[in-house]
Amino acid sequence: MRPIDHTIRRGQLQDLIFRVLGVSLLLLCLGTLGVLIFNLAHDGLSRLDLKFFSSFASRHADEAGIKAAWVGTALIMLVTALTAIPLGLAAGIYLEEYARKNWFTGLIEINIANLAGVPSIIYGLMALGLLVYKLNFGRSILSGGVTLAFLILPIVIVATREALRSIPQSMREAAYALGATRWQVIRHHLLPYSAGGISTGVIIALGRAIGETAPLITIGALTYIAFLPPAPFSMMDSGHRAGAFSWLMTDFTVLPIQMFNWVSMPGEDFQANAAAAGLVLMLATLGINAVAIGVRYRMRRRIKW
Amino acid sequence: MVNTPPVESLTPQPVMQPHSEPVGADAPVVHPVKAEVRNLSFYYGSFKAVKNVSLPFYEKAVTALIGPSGCGKTTLLRCFNRMHDLYPGNRYEGEIVLYPSRINIVGPAASPIEMRMRVSMVFQKPNPFPKSIFENVAYGLRLRGVGGRSELEARVEQALRGAALWEEVKDRLRDGAYGLSGGQQQRLCIARALAVEPEIVLFDEPTSALDPIATGKIEELIDDLRQRVTILIVTHNMQQASRVSDYTAFMYLGEMIEYDRTAKIFTNPSKSLTEQYISGRFG
Amino acid sequence: MPDATTTTPAPLVPHVRRLSGLMLRERVVEGLLLLAAVFSIFITSGIVFILVNESRPFFRTVNPIEFLTGGEWTPQFADPKFGILPLVAGTLSTTLVALLVAMPVGTIIAIWLSEFAPAKVREVVKPLLELLAAVPTVVYGFFAITLVSPVMQQVYAWVISFFPSLKENYPELPLFNVLSAGIVMGLMIVPYVCSLSEDAMRAVPMILREGSFGMGANRTTTALRVVFPAAFSGVAAAYTLAISRAVGETMIVAIAAGNQPTLTANPLQPAQTITAFIVQASMGDLPHDDIGYQSIFAAGLTLFVMTLGFNLLGAALRRRYRQAY
Repeated sequence: MRPIDHTIRRGQLQDLIFRVLGVSLLLLCLGTLGVLIFNLAHDGLSRLDLKFFSSFASRHADEAGIKAAWVGTALIMLVTALTAIPLGLAAGIYLEEYARKNWFTGLIEINIANLAGVPSIIYGLMALGLLVYKLNFGRSILSGGVTLAFLILPIVIVATREALRSIPQSMREAAYALGATRWQVIRHHLLPYSAGGISTGVIIALGRAIGETAPLITIGALTYIAFLPPAPFSMMDSGHRAGAFSWLMTDFTVLPIQMFNWVSMPGEDFQANAAAAGLVLMLATLGINAVAIGVRYRMRRRIKW
Repeated sequence: MVNTPPVESLTPQPVMQPHSEPVGADAPVVHPVKAEVRNLSFYYGSFKAVKNVSLPFYEKAVTALIGPSGCGKTTLLRCFNRMHDLYPGNRYEGEIVLYPSRINIVGPAASPIEMRMRVSMVFQKPNPFPKSIFENVAYGLRLRGVGGRSELEARVEQALRGAALWEEVKDRLRDGAYGLSGGQQQRLCIARALAVEPEIVLFDEPTSALDPIATGKIEELIDDLRQRVTILIVTHNMQQASRVSDYTAFMYLGEMIEYDRTAKIFTNPSKSLTEQYISGRFG
Repeated sequence: MPDATTTTPAPLVPHVRRLSGLMLRERVVEGLLLLAAVFSIFITSGIVFILVNESRPFFRTVNPIEFLTGGEWTPQFADPKFGILPLVAGTLSTTLVALLVAMPVGTIIAIWLSEFAPAKVREVVKPLLELLAAVPTVVYGFFAITLVSPVMQQVYAWVISFFPSLKENYPELPLFNVLSAGIVMGLMIVPYVCSLSEDAMRAVPMILREGSFGMGANRTTTALRVVFPAAFSGVAAAYTLAISRAVGETMIVAIAAGNQPTLTANPLQPAQTITAFIVQASMGDLPHDDIGYQSIFAAGLTLFVMTLGFNLLGAALRRRYRQAY
């Protein structure tokens, strides 16, 4: 055997070892994710029935449910989406399509990059001081939704900018050359062509918001709630009719906080409740991510420049 | 593309020659002038890309801008529809007077939007919108407030016929524009530019991304269009300039070296620099 | 051209009034969009203002030097002590464990994805791996105390049977400990390390690899000696992002690390991070003018400054690697 054969052999062996190492670490990570889901299902599946969704929290583990929590999560997500999407889109469009390079836009860009790295609990502290106390929104759905909107705003902005940037400049020039104004170019062309990319980013951002716990605990979301926010114009216990937006100002809890509450309680029954709530949360998160991946996949197949 | 004639059959049409006298800067204008560039300079920031250029553009004639890469020919072309306004740091000096309205295209009083509505452009690479064939052509019309279904359809058809594309696409107007071949896409872009009845159409190396057969079709089309509209074409390809244009301007390093009837430029240029470029000694 | 008209039709240019209406709308739209972009600065200013403003009364009671150097954090005692060091120690030790898991695992997977895996596999695996970052952290916390920590206890019992001397000091691993919380947190931040480093490595021009292969190098050598060093500033940016995620992570440590502010770096002990303290304090109903309420802002300010440092470092590294090729 020549020395060179020896070297080649060793190289091939090295490659093989690295491949095995890479694949096994990858499988380890994905496997752990599988174990995590299996663990939740094993502990919580038996608790997951219709009654679990239609019952409020309770001192008795087997009677407790997530009614207030899932309604709270849904309403918070609504407020978050309605706040973060227009703001993030608008800011992204401005930075990508209008901003000239100067110190001011540079400042905004650095600022957004830094905001993306601020821990979520810091947003909670800011919201506690600003929204809850200074603006007197209270520990309400409005406060919670706006807090999470601030938190995901950088993600929405970055996704918007990346989607806009991927549209070739020749599309803009073609529209301008026909006499379109800047806003017409954006509304007639750039937004429709980037809709897939933007929605992928928005969906992923909302997926992150749905599992956020810490900032909502910080602003004082409650862990025990036995009522739902009043539906618009419904009759309340006080005898008054609810306004269209009364629900915005009510106390709330959300799924992750409900789960956290149960995790901290002693006893296997509450752990089972926690697992069941975690399962619901996981299904929601996985569902949202699946939608995002689906949108991205369809978009890639549709538009080729 | 089925009915493509062989390239050999594309004999150049006899060049329309409205003037018996050679046209120089000082020559008496016999044919109506559509636009006149007067002492135009253009700056990208501090870089002067077009240097004090003056020349006329005659109505319903094809004027070609030729010259080596970086000579400023595309820059000059893009002044006509104020494309430079889209990017910061650009500056015009001098005038491009558009007749008969005598408005200065690059003047502060002219709105870039209005100028782009009056002067259309066809780009280097076909750039249809990712919309249907119909919507591509109708877009400029919609921007101008043409709303009626029947009027839109009539104008779209007219534009597609004008771009020699109608027969190929009339049964699939609702299909996406990206299903067309490169040459068809470029003719769609020409239809898009024609639909809005522009006063001038700018062609920025319209065939540089196309194969010879598609190029032949586009050249044939430009030859037809000269009867309807004033055309400016930037081209790298000197054979193309000699085939399609009535007048030719040769630019070098941002300056206009020579302007004359195409036949004169290509047979008997008066400047040695022009002669060197035409004979392929640089560029 | 059968229907070519010989006379030029009137140009289809809208009336001047319509154009100026359009221009007015342009201005209004641009103004609104600018407002949205500037709003992000308000958020940052809001964060800084609230953190500083709300912790000011705290620093009137507690000496800032004592706060930064004190080794005892006992806010609920009758004679409360506010030395942040135990919380900082808890934060850094959980972060360290998480990084020891996430950095090698994330980097090796990134190299494998970028240099070894077929494109199709990469397309499928990357979104799957990113799911790890999408799992709600409270779920990870539950996972840590119901599965990972009990398993670690077993492992510890087995390991310690070989080291009788250790047995005396640390007979068993408590259920709530830094190690388990850190491992789970490491799993969570694997995608942060992996995604960004993989992007950086794939941005390395093909010619560099060809140069290496051309000299007869194998894939591993090319990946480790050529691609990885060339992409290193991007990889380093990924690491700083991971650090800042780990430092700011809250729910996993709030659930699984034990909430005991002790000044120790021993990962086999329970600890409390800055974030976990804020959660713990917020769970009780804090009166607005209480020192406990003020202390969460002082702790938050400390955390903010820590992550800001890592973020700025990461941004600087990213800028450098963008200019690299």
